[in-house]
Amino acid sequence: MSVIVRAKALRRLFDVSKPWLNRVVEREPKAFLTAVVDVDFEIEEGSVYALVGESGSGKSTIGKMVVGLTSATDGTIEIDGIAITGNDQKAKISEARQKLQMIFQDPYASLNPRWKVRDIIAEPAKLRGLEIKGLPERLLQQVGLSPEDADKYPHEFSGGQRQRICIARALSSEPKVIVCDEPTSALDVSVQSQVLNLMSDLQEQLGLTYLFISHDLTVVEHMADKIGVLYLGALVEEAPKKTLFASPLHPYTRMLFDAAPRLDGFGREIDVPKGEIPDPINPPPGCAFHPRCPLATSLCKTVRPQMRLIGDTRVSCHHV
Amino acid sequence: MVQPVLSIKSLVVEIPTRKGVLRPVDQVSYDIFPGEILGIVGESGAGKSMTGNAVIGLLERPARIVSGDVLLSGNPIHNLSASEFRKIRGKKIGMIFQDPLTSLNPLLTVGEQLVETIIEHLAVSKKEAQERAIAALEEVGIPAARERIGSYPHEFSGGMRQRVVIALALCAEPDLVIADEPTTALDVSVQAQIIALLKRLCRERGVGVMLVTHDMGVIAEAADRVAVMYAGRLAELGAVRDVLTAPKHPYTYGLMGSTPLASRGLERLKQIPGSMPRLGALPEGCAFSPRCDFAQEVCKTGSSPFIADEDAQAACWFPLQHTKLRSSK
Repeated sequence: MSVIVRAKALRRLFDVSKPWLNRVVEREPKAFLTAVVDVDFEIEEGSVYALVGESGSGKSTIGKMVVGLTSATDGTIEIDGIAITGNDQKAKISEARQKLQMIFQDPYASLNPRWKVRDIIAEPAKLRGLEIKGLPERLLQQVGLSPEDADKYPHEFSGGQRQRICIARALSSEPKVIVCDEPTSALDVSVQSQVLNLMSDLQEQLGLTYLFISHDLTVVEHMADKIGVLYLGALVEEAPKKTLFASPLHPYTRMLFDAAPRLDGFGREIDVPKGEIPDPINPPPGCAFHPRCPLATSLCKTVRPQMRLIGDTRVSCHHV
Repeated sequence: MVQPVLSIKSLVVEIPTRKGVLRPVDQVSYDIFPGEILGIVGESGAGKSMTGNAVIGLLERPARIVSGDVLLSGNPIHNLSASEFRKIRGKKIGMIFQDPLTSLNPLLTVGEQLVETIIEHLAVSKKEAQERAIAALEEVGIPAARERIGSYPHEFSGGMRQRVVIALALCAEPDLVIADEPTTALDVSVQAQIIALLKRLCRERGVGVMLVTHDMGVIAEAADRVAVMYAGRLAELGAVRDVLTAPKHPYTYGLMGSTPLASRGLERLKQIPGSMPRLGALPEGCAFSPRCDFAQEVCKTGSSPFIADEDAQAACWFPLQHTKLRSSK
């Protein structure tokens, strides 16, 4: 299988400095928030790659960089072998971008309330210059809605149905890769399962590749082939699903698995995780996880661990 | 027998609208005992928060309680006036809401908010209230409470803020705490901390907790008993282990099945077809019947099925038999 998305040494900083005059008066240097640090990953065509992490781990920023909604500070992203960052051939980039689409978290905010469903779905195809006659109807059917829904407005639909419309819109430009940023977090459990099943079916039928971003380990376990775990902007562990869930290596991954509520966890008393995610503007030196880590030694406080390959797993920790 | 902290009996909440009267809470009954966490679970629109709001007298007009009783430690509170309710809220009933940022006043320091609540409800001096506020913050696990008492809510992280809200809810020593989705806005690791904290406080102080959430995993870990709500009604009520491992109501069964956790290792998730009906368009008979695999004629036409109470656990004409369930799969 070929690699369709490749990210190398991806990095994104956000300037969170005070205004220029305040800085001069208060003699403060510029401040940067490091959202993503040196992230490498490859996604094979036709597979589901999941990024998991808590809030502030940089998972959504990576998703946005892949589709080009925000630029990378450093590093490269290649789609089908074409670099979409730091490439000055505009035509090439736009060709590569046509292979990408995105599904957002909140189906109430990501559909224009003044547009009919027909126009919402047809827009991406129109921009690519594809034939749009009958397309919205066909896509609506494909996502489990009825063709008559094309003449309705978004407010006439429930959350789950709206997410189906978002999926139909993403499919209309015939993309190869869909970035799904928390596609079911805003939905109820019973509706979530409908949407996840639909996404699996479509992936199979159309040979799609998903970059699936979620904070929910159970959803990720169901959907993904390969999983990358992010902590404070850095990839701490990456492994095929089975390996990761059978034997998580990084202490953060283990903590995350332990803390996740379980359906059979009646009256379970867990080792309550220590502390919270540190401030990304002043991340701890060395390994970012060391203040919360049970294995931390003086080495972890000074030296940032490199990614190492152990079996199927890539992990960045000094002590596994 | 121990007297329940909260006893809800056949509570009905109605909202009159131009298109007719809606019933977001219909014939709901349950008790919460001291030191017990009762989980209320259901999807959005099931009426779980509305029940909580009815109990604490925070129903927004035109919603109103039309029948039923709400007893707090044996005393009826559903017909109190607004000013009488103010004395109970915060004193007898503590509240924890989903979003800790919007439930704290951004213009007052955490200390001022705690002291205000304590002085309002307990007969103590300002100095003692201050000491109590610090003790309350220490109890919920805020480090360096004495220094941080002068901080504003925005200076705390999400998890710490929710701890402040819990301290606020508990500072006047209430008998009952209503926690409405207390961990939904939090990360997994912080959620685990908050749940552990709630469990500890509930056990130590003998407070009854109404834990409203949509997360079955949280219910499994935190609650002693669970009430499942669907379209304004109780679908099932029972000990958490019984309800989650051997659900009697087809809705609970479907809800459990559709969590990715329960479908572990399956190619496809189990799903419940359709979605919850709108309150204005409830089907006749059992509200779940159009989505139910086991529905028969009587479910669609017959008058409402049994109301769940302590004896009849599930509001269903044909409660699932678990020996049958296992063999049919």
